[in-house]
Amino acid sequence: MEMVMMTMMKNLEAEIKLEKLLLPNIQDYHLIDVYEKHGGYQALKKTLSLSTDDVINEIKKSNLRGRGGACFPTGLKWSFMPKSNSKPKYLAVNGDESEPGTFKDRYLFEFNPHLIIEGILIGCYAMGITTAYVYIRGEYEKWIKMFQKAVDDAYSKNYIGKNILGTNFSTNIFIHKGAGAYICGEESALMNSIEGDRGYPRVKPPFPAQIGLWGCPTTVNNIETMANIPLIINNGSEWYSKIGAQKHPGPILVGISGHVNKPGVYEVPTGILLTDLIYNYAGGVLGNKKIKALIPGGLSTMILRGDSIEGVSMDAESLKAAGSSVGTAGLIVMDEETDLIKVITRITKFYHHESCGQCTPCREGTGWMEKMLHRFENYNARPEDIDLLLDVANNIEGNTICALGDAAAWPVQSMIKRFREEFEKRVTDKVVVN
Amino acid sequence: MLNEANLNKVDELIKRYPEPRAALLPVLWIAQEQEGFISEKMMKHVGNLLHLSYSHILGVVTFYTMFYDKPHGKYHIEVCTNISCMLRGSDKILSTVKNYCGVKVGETSLDGKFTISEVECMGACNGAPMIAIGEDYFENLNEEKTLELLNNLSNNKTVKFSKNGNGDDDDDEEFGGGD
Repeated sequence: MEMVMMTMMKNLEAEIKLEKLLLPNIQDYHLIDVYEKHGGYQALKKTLSLSTDDVINEIKKSNLRGRGGACFPTGLKWSFMPKSNSKPKYLAVNGDESEPGTFKDRYLFEFNPHLIIEGILIGCYAMGITTAYVYIRGEYEKWIKMFQKAVDDAYSKNYIGKNILGTNFSTNIFIHKGAGAYICGEESALMNSIEGDRGYPRVKPPFPAQIGLWGCPTTVNNIETMANIPLIINNGSEWYSKIGAQKHPGPILVGISGHVNKPGVYEVPTGILLTDLIYNYAGGVLGNKKIKALIPGGLSTMILRGDSIEGVSMDAESLKAAGSSVGTAGLIVMDEETDLIKVITRITKFYHHESCGQCTPCREGTGWMEKMLHRFENYNARPEDIDLLLDVANNIEGNTICALGDAAAWPVQSMIKRFREEFEKRVTDKVVVN
Repeated sequence: MLNEANLNKVDELIKRYPEPRAALLPVLWIAQEQEGFISEKMMKHVGNLLHLSYSHILGVVTFYTMFYDKPHGKYHIEVCTNISCMLRGSDKILSTVKNYCGVKVGETSLDGKFTISEVECMGACNGAPMIAIGEDYFENLNEEKTLELLNNLSNNKTVKFSKNGNGDDDDDEEFGGGD
């Protein structure tokens, strides 16, 4: 019996040991010499012999979709940049990583910083950009230092700087350290933050590719998106497009946290079943309890019922069909004993705190929702408060400059839609508090 | 005001951007590192360096939670209470910290050692619940470990069980308990 169990476990291990492309198991891979020894910066060399159109087309054909939450096709985004060099063009790389439940970029900064740098350089070459700013949240001071070291080393080997590897291509990479504001992960707020302002999102259009940093064409890409670029150039778009889910291909870093035995960052192909991620990769639910609810892609994505995730996979199409989204692939698992009212109250407190205050529906609405949810939490809510709460959420959604308003509304809407009984129970159960 | 070495750094930073104004966040970081917080006088000084009004700088300093316009304790204890940490018991960590320091969230202990903050997700959900102190993350905490950490800080002892940095893993699992 024990033997059978052991063989089963071995098989399982073999099954989940897929080739790792973003976080390979290579000792000291963060060091430039080791990175070079394993084929590092070859994609950059190859890129420098291609035309800019060829590079952009290759990224387009790979079907790479941004890893920052919106799943926007990266090649298409790059093609929006004007060809003309009449104005400077900029790349802003988003390493703000402040979506709760997300901690993947931190692993890239630590274990594979040169892959990010190589991706940035390829992007700069393809779009005719001579300055890239990497925006990293201030809390990641330790990882900023690690990444800065990698940037310095790449400068010293002439991968970054003037006349890169003897060509006419020159570009600088600067790290811009954030200072604690969730909203700066929103691309236009991020640009304002780089320009020395409060992180206020801008009205779109104009989109960054038309008017971005200092009024110039700008592309904003996520750190993990950049890390995928060299893989595509090295192995070709056809190879890449066949990894994982057809419409949302490639390796993806999934962060799993909450009530699981082995929380962590796992590199998997897109399209992997959520149950596979939870039960095989993350070692199952703590204490073998049932899953009551789950947030699939960071706090801003719609909450799912634990009994509705059979057959649902980690890719844009599948999660959309299930009534949520991939977001930043930050999976938060909640067991059957979780107090969801407490959870949604804390989620809403977060959005209230992080609302930048520009738009009334978000600034006021998130506060109202938090107050109402405290009433539920403290068993003081009235039956009509459930629909009133939903009404406030509905009036925030779609009525703000940026998506933070939507991100605040979605958890509340989906929680009421999928767990209405929890709210109703909170109204009828009059527990005396203190 | 900024010392000479830091003024030289400011000159270098300005060159990174097409407009000096953009150097505001990095310059405020330098100012805070030098003084521990950013005073009104410092804001005006930075304003002179970057040709910005005091009101603009005050707006920026107060917008970002990591800039302090008041002095903080020697150790700024930042307890994450966002969902991933909450699910793993951050309530208990926060109350342990509050009881130990004898002050509420946002306050500084009488001996000036500890300032307590409740913070949003720090990007360490695999090590929940966690506390950040400066650039160090202390993960997989429970009440005992939290007390040990605070005791060590109180007695100026080396603090152990920080679990991050290249090759600094105290267990044999890669990527914070992954594979």
